Amino acid sequence: MFAYVVKRLLSGVVVLFLISMSVFLLFWYGPSEPAQTICDRDTSNRCTPARLEVFRENLGFNNPWYEEYGTFMKGVVAGREIQFGSTKVFECPAPCLGYSYRTKAPVFEEMKDRMPATFSVAIGGAFLYLTLGIPIGVAAARRRGTVTDKALVSSFLVISSIPYYLFALLTWLFLTISWEIPLFSETGYFPITENPAKWFSGMALAWFALGAFGCTTYTRYSRGSMVEVLNEDYIRTAKAKGLRDNTVVYKHALRSALVPVITIFGIEFGTLLAGTIFTERIFNIDGIGLWALQAVNQRDLPVVAATALFGAAVLIISNIVVDVIYSVLDPRVRLS
Amino acid sequence: MTITSPSSASSPTDVDGPYLQVEDLTVTFPTQDGPVQAVKGLSYSVELGKTLGIVGESGSGKSVSSMAVMGLHDAKSSEISGSIRLGGTEIVGLSESRMRKLRGNAMAMIFQDALAALHPFYRVGDQLAEAYAMHHPKASKRDGRRKAIEMLDRVGIPQPDRRVDDFAHQFSGGMRQRVMIAMGLINDPSLLIADEPTTALDVTVQAQILDLLQDLQREFNSAVIIITHDLGVIAEMADDVLVMYAGRCVEFGTTKEILTRPEMPYSWGLLSSIPEVGASTDARLIPIPGNPPSLLRPPSGCSFHPRCSHRDKVPGDLCFTELPELTPASNRAGHLKRCHLPNPEEIYLTEVLPEIAPDLAEETR
Amino acid sequence: MSQDPNAKVGIDASEIGANAAETGERDLSHHAPDVVDDHEVVKAPLDFHELAELGHAATALNPLAEPIISVDNLKMYFPVKSSGLIRRTVGHVQAVDGVSFEVPRGGSLGLVGESGCGKSTTGRLITRLYKPTGGSMMFEGKDLAKLSNSEMRPLRRDVQMIFQDPYTSLNPRHTVGTIVGSPLAVHKIVPKDKILPRVQELLEVVGLNPEHYNRYPNEFSGGQRQRIGIARALTLNPKLLVADEPVSALDVSIQAQVVNLLQDLQREFDIAFLFIAHDLAVVRHFCPEVAVMYLGKIVEIGDRDTIYGHAHHPYTQALLSAVPDVKQAAIGGRRERIRLEGDVPSPINPPSGCRFRTRCQFAQEICAKVEPPLLQIGQRHKVACHFAGELGAHPATPVTTDLLGVDDQGTPVPGATPTNKQLTIPGYEDTWYDLKSKHTTGV
Repeated sequence: MFAYVVKRLLSGVVVLFLISMSVFLLFWYGPSEPAQTICDRDTSNRCTPARLEVFRENLGFNNPWYEEYGTFMKGVVAGREIQFGSTKVFECPAPCLGYSYRTKAPVFEEMKDRMPATFSVAIGGAFLYLTLGIPIGVAAARRRGTVTDKALVSSFLVISSIPYYLFALLTWLFLTISWEIPLFSETGYFPITENPAKWFSGMALAWFALGAFGCTTYTRYSRGSMVEVLNEDYIRTAKAKGLRDNTVVYKHALRSALVPVITIFGIEFGTLLAGTIFTERIFNIDGIGLWALQAVNQRDLPVVAATALFGAAVLIISNIVVDVIYSVLDPRVRLS
Repeated sequence: MTITSPSSASSPTDVDGPYLQVEDLTVTFPTQDGPVQAVKGLSYSVELGKTLGIVGESGSGKSVSSMAVMGLHDAKSSEISGSIRLGGTEIVGLSESRMRKLRGNAMAMIFQDALAALHPFYRVGDQLAEAYAMHHPKASKRDGRRKAIEMLDRVGIPQPDRRVDDFAHQFSGGMRQRVMIAMGLINDPSLLIADEPTTALDVTVQAQILDLLQDLQREFNSAVIIITHDLGVIAEMADDVLVMYAGRCVEFGTTKEILTRPEMPYSWGLLSSIPEVGASTDARLIPIPGNPPSLLRPPSGCSFHPRCSHRDKVPGDLCFTELPELTPASNRAGHLKRCHLPNPEEIYLTEVLPEIAPDLAEETR
Repeated sequence: MSQDPNAKVGIDASEIGANAAETGERDLSHHAPDVVDDHEVVKAPLDFHELAELGHAATALNPLAEPIISVDNLKMYFPVKSSGLIRRTVGHVQAVDGVSFEVPRGGSLGLVGESGCGKSTTGRLITRLYKPTGGSMMFEGKDLAKLSNSEMRPLRRDVQMIFQDPYTSLNPRHTVGTIVGSPLAVHKIVPKDKILPRVQELLEVVGLNPEHYNRYPNEFSGGQRQRIGIARALTLNPKLLVADEPVSALDVSIQAQVVNLLQDLQREFDIAFLFIAHDLAVVRHFCPEVAVMYLGKIVEIGDRDTIYGHAHHPYTQALLSAVPDVKQAAIGGRRERIRLEGDVPSPINPPSGCRFRTRCQFAQEICAKVEPPLLQIGQRHKVACHFAGELGAHPATPVTTDLLGVDDQGTPVPGATPTNKQLTIPGYEDTWYDLKSKHTTGV
């Protein structure tokens, strides 16, 4: 198991390496001119061609990409110095992901500041949709074929076919604006360390939107998986032993039914942790997703690169975690 | 509601006559295309210490009827009528909670594919102990484990104290079926239903399992129902044989009767379509033409008539129009057949036997 | 277990509002209730005598037939990898370890043994689903074992396979016509417009309604699907068919239909069969010659009467004694059964000497020391046992000592010259070692 995790982590590093390289190539061969952006913003009046050329030179765009990639990688490992314009030099300690063109702050520091917000959204939302979705799915599977089951599944299918951003927007419009429910009155991220109650009420609506929307999907996943498992021979064996229905369902069936649900969850939770753009944008939460969105809009390439790498890393780790959970749930899975 | 204690439910002492009596059992599944009658008017009985073999093809209702005895059909998606008396207790219509006290206790079932029938995620010892604990609420965890090891030892699993912590996939096919049997017998049931217990196994392992089942039956004096499509298994195991076709009993009798003097063309077909290791090489392999009938639209009259190659010997179109009754066979008590043929014994001896067993036909003459 | 999230969604969507299959009856879910008989050509039941005429007795041996394939010392070792960071090969599964046999042209050889004995691997080697580790397979003057995959390609037409499970071996999304006709399209043998007539002809040959070429496999019952699998194997007019448990997944009455069909096809098209099955009775009926395998080796091979009537290897005897015998039991008797204890040992680390010795009641010291050669002891009979003899008449001392140049304990006798030369000959010789006289005799 340990060897397996090490092996997966090593291959994950290789993947990150490839992703960082391809993101880097976009700096050089992508359609936008990063120096132009920073030149426009840095110069209070006008970006002359001469100034632009200075920025190009400082940012290293006149060097071959692999040289600059080497500098970047060295920065990640050992830190480096970064020069903006002709005079300003910034110290960037390891792990240096560069400086934001927009804020002139170390990208890594900015990312660290935003992580709690994104993690709060993701963990709360995922907790909500799992604790709602799986039990509802199991209940529907037990009543499969009945009117309740069909009504539930079809109405959930309708909800999950609404685009998520529309769903989130509607919850905000109704719960905050129209009905003015006090809990949802002020959305946004407030550090939990400063004011837990405020943190909670700020997050509540985002959680609700994510939870309610995600739960429809997870209800269908777990229902489908559960229906399949309930038809397995070993479930019949369990019944033939004289076990109670609840024992059969929750002890024998649920454990098997969770395996495919966890696969999906692992991947989805990874993307949630990497930033929920719509949720953060609509509920005004200053997390990784919103940050990435702004960076893309403003061609803040170091930030774009950092968010892409962060997303990839989170996905790789969550996949490893899923595989380890598998091997715990299913003794037949031998990690090697 | 009074709940009989587990021990009294499994005690066979207060029973007169057969331990299991099934009368006029009908199992219907409503489907979108209409009701499917998987079992129709089935009656049989099994005494303690005796073995009943049920033979038939897939879809003949042999498994469905036994699942009905175990009460394993979902009440919402099946209708069961008729009477099933287990040790004197009527179990059709019995409440689920009382049924549960019997299941795995007074009666147990072992299934065909032990790999699929054992839970892949739990240690076999835990699965066995769970079956024990369910019907022995006062037993401690250690009692359950001790009982599990004892049963694994009893069914011939080497090093049971170590294997008790293994998972189903770590056993070989034969050993897995032994685990299944240990689980079935852990509460000393008076009725054991074995559904194709050896179908997926090699002959050598099959022989071991059949021997084991016979030993255990002698030891526990239980009534056994063995469901199979393999007449060889029937020949070795059963005292009585019930031949099922399209949900109905088409022939019933002692094993010797059914295998040597069958009186129903379907039974003849079964005998003529299996080759024998000891038979003459001149014996022909004569298949039953066609396929088993659809249960949604069963054939009129005798359900076997579309595949029957002897129906020209029945006067008129009786086979097409009228379902034959289950009537006593020629002159032998206890042997029943469902067929319009007026002289089945003669047809079997003069026409069928010479083709499928020329050597036996010589002897009989 | 499905771990594909998309697959899960697919199942879900189709389930809404449709629960027709949930009758609780497993048999029904396999056989769709609307499967009707009209797929088959043969209709109105024949009169019993006509029916009996269509049934076949056991296939007879043609002793003069030339071999179509000659397998010599065939080996297949699968590497076993260690776990951990660097996966080293830590051993080999000796799935097939030096088997030699011949299949006569237009005849059939049965391959029997317990699961894991290597019989299926042997079949897969002959169809070159695997490339053998060693040995040769001479077919029409070419060694199939040495050919590259591209050189093998034209020969695949001649060697086809029938699989066990008719439910999983047919692609459910292809029509029967596509399944049966695809080999023609792949090998570009006939023009496109000639494919359909050929497909219909094949369907008719295997007893299915030729008009149903555009149906899907799920509309057919198990026996009918196996017929489709047979039609697919026949498409390219093969000379050799490897049938791996072709009837064991079928109902009893259907098994006989398929066995009779295979016998018909063999006669009509002169196809040779390597018939792999665990059902000794079916093999006896279909194959005039039978090889018994144990742990990757052939322990006994011979014609039907010899193997079933005068088996000399304790393993063959044990296998045969385990088969339930309907007629014997019906008369009231039951053969004495030889109980084999335990399971087949691991093929990664097989026992030394004779591989069967760990479960053999006659095993002595020599069995652990020296591997018994597959010795020809009759006109069409070879056995690999130091104590070869009929049931109840196994000799007390090893019969192979003179040939191997060892004493009764298996220790080499100084100065003795082993005279054994028959180890790897695929077919039979005109002379053989007579067990009674301990001399080489001939016809």
